[in-house]
Amino acid sequence: MHDAAPTSATSSANVPPPAGGALRVSARTALILLAFTLVFTGLMASIYTLTSPQIEATMLEAKRRLIGEVLPAAAYDNDLLADAIELPPSPELGLDEPTRLYRARKDGQPAALVFEAAAPDGYSGHIGLMLAVQADGRLAAVRVTSHRETPGLGDYIDPKKDKNKASPWIAQFAGRNFSDTPREKWKVKKDGGAFDQHVGATISARAVTKATGRALDWALEHADALYALPAGARHEESTK
Amino acid sequence: MSIYREISHNGLWKQNAILAQLLGLCPLLAVSSTMVNAVSLGLATILVMGLSNFAVSLLRGFIPYEIRIPVFILIIAALVTIVDLLFNAFLHDLYLVLGIFIPLIVTNCIVLARVEAFAAKNGAGLAAFDGVMMGIGFVWVIGLLGAIREFIGQGTLLSGIDMIFPGMQAIQVLPESYPGFLIAILPPGAFLVLGLMIAGRNWLEYRANERAKARLLAQQQAAGA
Repeated sequence: MHDAAPTSATSSANVPPPAGGALRVSARTALILLAFTLVFTGLMASIYTLTSPQIEATMLEAKRRLIGEVLPAAAYDNDLLADAIELPPSPELGLDEPTRLYRARKDGQPAALVFEAAAPDGYSGHIGLMLAVQADGRLAAVRVTSHRETPGLGDYIDPKKDKNKASPWIAQFAGRNFSDTPREKWKVKKDGGAFDQHVGATISARAVTKATGRALDWALEHADALYALPAGARHEESTK
Repeated sequence: MSIYREISHNGLWKQNAILAQLLGLCPLLAVSSTMVNAVSLGLATILVMGLSNFAVSLLRGFIPYEIRIPVFILIIAALVTIVDLLFNAFLHDLYLVLGIFIPLIVTNCIVLARVEAFAAKNGAGLAAFDGVMMGIGFVWVIGLLGAIREFIGQGTLLSGIDMIFPGMQAIQVLPESYPGFLIAILPPGAFLVLGLMIAGRNWLEYRANERAKARLLAQQQAAGA
């Protein structure tokens, strides 16, 4: 293919293996492979060590930005990321992995719970959610953190992809509670509920709406226990 | 034709990884739904190809022929891991979008193909140049594919540019009311558009060949007359 470029240096290609027993040749080859493995593992390890503080900071920053989207920084005055408790996998939240829940407090009083949930019944798999539920029982806001909904069709659940920038679909959940939107109305309009959906992409909206309702239910039921736990503790479902 | 010109011509057109060799189609089809994603993955691929060609060329004297493939894979995988870590650290939003496809550069056969076919036989400078040129050949095709799919599918160009340059906006080419053409964004759209692009390249090649033949014939006739 590139015959114009002559083989310049001493490539070991096409050279017969050096004299000596087959055992010696294999041992030499194995040692060379080992040496390459060690050198490149070392290289990867050092890059990992060099970048890991930056990666940690970036992830923390991303988390802070995400929390900022569901809960304005003015709503609390504690160190939110430090005031966290462990949540075990919870079927009510649709989570099959442990997550963290953050408690926002203002002047020492409970202000809001920030936690993750998931809708298992999206059009193509799980839809990850982040919610903030205020201590007065209102849903401060909800955001989609991960999804694989069809681009251009079901992905309006993510405000970054929503064409209506002024009032994205997901914003209609902000400030709702179960008094102004009764539990049985917590559905998309197509199912007789209170929330809009886009024509032709109901499944994504329905999944998010249902999961949000369930998560709000869960947060209200466990709020007292969740605020009371010491930071770093693990929340166990007491009643089943 | 100088060697550098020939390498460039091969990478960009004659031996183009996608249009001529049809290598690396997995990331091509999966990531090219928008122009920004496509070009970003393409740039990461250029980086990996240049580095791996350079590294393999430098080390080629130490690599026994029998175990060259495992060593090549080791080198490529290590470089991809490094690029992956750097993306995660410094371009986090993009890292989230490209997700699995950065590690998958390891399995992009064009990288191994160039290492085996070129870097193992040539000097480090030439090898790095070949890797970069092959990578640019990859990026222009995947970028064009992404642009066409995004334009037909959503009526925009450069959507998601704010993930790389915060504050920049996507270009709305067609009016906001454009309903979108879903199949262009879905995987079948990638196959269709790519098929048309390959057909276009074949047509251009065919035309060039015909012209060359006609010229030759004319010369022969002129010489004979």
